Amino acid sequence: MRDFFTNNVLGILLLTIAETLAILVPVLIGMAYSTFFERKALAAFQLRRGPNVVGPFGLWQPFADAVKVFTKETIVPAGASRSLFLLAPMLTFVLACLAWAVIPVNDNWAAANINVGILYLFAISSLGVYGIIIAGWASNSKYAFLGAMRSAAQMVSYEVSIGFVLVTVMLCVGSLNLNDVVRAQSHHWFAFTLLFPMFVVFLISMLAETNRAPFDLPEGESELVAGFFVEYSAMSFALFFLGEYTNMIMMSALGSVLFLGGWQAPFGLTFIPGVFWLAAKICVLMFFFFWVRATFPRFRYDQLMRLGWKVFLPLSLLWLVLTAGYLELTGTLPMEAL
Amino acid sequence: MIVAVAFYVFSAILLGSAAMVVTSRNPVHSVLFLILAFFNAAALFLIAGAEFLAMILVIVYVGAVAVLFLFVVMMLDVDFTALREGFQRYAPVGATVGVVLFFELASVLLGWRMSGDVSAAVLTRLPSHVQNTRAIGQVLYTDYFLLFQLSGLILLVAMIGAIVLTHRGRHTSKRQNITRQQERRVDETLQVVTVRSGAGIRELGLYRPIPVGREPVLAAPATTEVSTIVAQDQ
Repeated sequence: MRDFFTNNVLGILLLTIAETLAILVPVLIGMAYSTFFERKALAAFQLRRGPNVVGPFGLWQPFADAVKVFTKETIVPAGASRSLFLLAPMLTFVLACLAWAVIPVNDNWAAANINVGILYLFAISSLGVYGIIIAGWASNSKYAFLGAMRSAAQMVSYEVSIGFVLVTVMLCVGSLNLNDVVRAQSHHWFAFTLLFPMFVVFLISMLAETNRAPFDLPEGESELVAGFFVEYSAMSFALFFLGEYTNMIMMSALGSVLFLGGWQAPFGLTFIPGVFWLAAKICVLMFFFFWVRATFPRFRYDQLMRLGWKVFLPLSLLWLVLTAGYLELTGTLPMEAL
Repeated sequence: MIVAVAFYVFSAILLGSAAMVVTSRNPVHSVLFLILAFFNAAALFLIAGAEFLAMILVIVYVGAVAVLFLFVVMMLDVDFTALREGFQRYAPVGATVGVVLFFELASVLLGWRMSGDVSAAVLTRLPSHVQNTRAIGQVLYTDYFLLFQLSGLILLVAMIGAIVLTHRGRHTSKRQNITRQQERRVDETLQVVTVRSGAGIRELGLYRPIPVGREPVLAAPATTEVSTIVAQDQ
């Protein structure tokens, strides 16, 4: 039996499909309920009740929304570039799902435990901008185009600081494998060490990278109607929506793997499985997304660019050099013999 | 077997999309095919076992360079009829260049012999336990350290040069100085004035000169006493 799944082509294929489903189904259910969580959290912040009509405590609301959105008509504007218009939402959603392949959910539990896991995640997250640019261009609408332009500049700018954050973490771990990153945090989570400023930079950059408030300029509903997805309806809109929330969960997962110890249990509570701890940390970071959304007004575009290039870039570069210097000075630089 | 199939699939898509980059009429489609070509090149790197190069190719070329390409190409307003205007006039030049290139390529391809086993041609083989990220680092930061740093320096100089050449110090746009804004206090910014009934801004000493030719239209004197908050200019 074991031989069938490790050596037979069909066995490997079946195993891969099963692994993919085992990751994607919880992620998609989590995504559906993160919309519910967001609405409830925002309602609590604003002293409202939030969705409470469909099912007990409104728990069936995400499914009601899904049914509504699936049964609507998909409209393709007359002037749109049809194939690209339909490609963009699929691209956004597929990219958001692809990144999950390397996230370790427990010790050595990842669909693909690859050596360059961090680089893979960085590569996938840097591709997210294409869905938005293509959507903006293919819609042939000025609001969509403006949203796409803003988002291209914004996501490229904040990727730079996220890149430096990743490099600093790699420096402390000495490996590009995400499982090694989590293992290195068995005593101290990186968020509570010298890397704390990088954790803050990461938290803010992750908001910009997922186009969430207060950096939701690509959507900017008060100026650009709905930004890059202004022309989308029904299923194609739903894919953007799914992609956005899946990306948020993914960035939360990345944040917990890099800084909050991934599947490591806090306070020695190791009898609770690691999967649960990772999920709990993801929930905390997701709450951070909603908390920020309820608290801060939207940034103006020049302020956003200033923050990215004039504050985060020098800060993360300086902290990278400081971290390298500290590790070298104390002789704690992780080295493996070649 | 699977690896061979994957190699031919990725190579075929790579060549096909590279051809489409040149032949497609819409420049935006060209850039998108270029991105597809980059992707398949990255997949070929992965098959060759060069995972670090594959990821860097995606991050640098697809994630950054091609985004800027796409950005620029989308902003262009290309008129295809205008592009076709000089076609007949320039056709002989183009044909000559094409013929020369064709013969050059043909002379290379005709003298090309396929080697049986590519892996036999590898100069230095990595020990199986060494990751190629580490191996590249070991070479780049030891033997080729000077060249590596110099190329970085050249790129930095080129970047600074581009910024200096294109930067125009125009001061026509309104700028914010965020430090100065945050240092402002209420008593520097706001002034609470008790306005006498019927008094204008001249009597209160709040009159600011108005450009000549645009005399203010004085409103009818107010009958009640109002307390006004006047915002001062910075």
